[in-house]
Amino acid sequence: MVPLSWYIILSSVLFIIGTAGVLLRRNILIVLMSVELILNSVNINLVAFSYYHQDIRGQIFSVFVIAVAAAEVAVALGILIALVRNRSAFNVDEIRTMKG
Amino acid sequence: MAEMVFFFIFAVIAIVSAVGVVTLRNPVHSVLSLMVCFLQMAALFVLLRSPFLAAVQIFVYVGAVLVLFLFVIMMLDIRQASMKRFVSGGQSWIIALLVILLAEMIFILSKSRFADMTVSTAARLDGSVKEMGIALFTKYLLPFEIISMILLVALLGAIVLGKKELR
Repeated sequence: MVPLSWYIILSSVLFIIGTAGVLLRRNILIVLMSVELILNSVNINLVAFSYYHQDIRGQIFSVFVIAVAAAEVAVALGILIALVRNRSAFNVDEIRTMKG
Repeated sequence: MAEMVFFFIFAVIAIVSAVGVVTLRNPVHSVLSLMVCFLQMAALFVLLRSPFLAAVQIFVYVGAVLVLFLFVIMMLDIRQASMKRFVSGGQSWIIALLVILLAEMIFILSKSRFADMTVSTAARLDGSVKEMGIALFTKYLLPFEIISMILLVALLGAIVLGKKELR
């Protein structure tokens, strides 16, 4: 029997790795991938609590998280393609149109 | 005991491939590393007795999202952009902040009552799709409809953004 804390620690470590990817990398594709990693680490937490409480709600919520992540990736990659087509900017530092 | 061994294998591969996502230079390698990570997470979902979510994870993430990433990488010529790997300057305090955050999470977890929790025997889930479908289409029908609207709007947004010219 795996203790619940192992799952929580695993998901915290994956969350931290994803946050490090968002904060440290310049390539905008890697940043998007790290966001996916963060969302998925939260899913592990939800499913683990759902199993340990024997409650279906965690799994339902995790289905919603997966759907939102899919929608987010579609829109983000659309924005990325428009951005690269117009000004060929790959680095997050170069994208500062809305900075004011 | 066998469950612990399998958990350990999946967790180690997941963490190593997640580190690979962040540190690898070539974006294609990052995508493949992320695919390994997502497959390990699907295996963890099986370990947690939710096979439906494991299947959804493989279909949606590995089948759709990562293939979309690969399409975008192949479509755009990304080689010259991946020369510089990390942001310049200010790295050390970001890493220190993340280490503090992780230590804080683990500290709070070790003090909480969830740390040594066992599976409750009050109610039993059988992990079937039927159980989940009944919950999803009766009690959680409104969130389900809202999420389908969100997917539709995201689809339209992606099409509009991908068009050559807006007039």
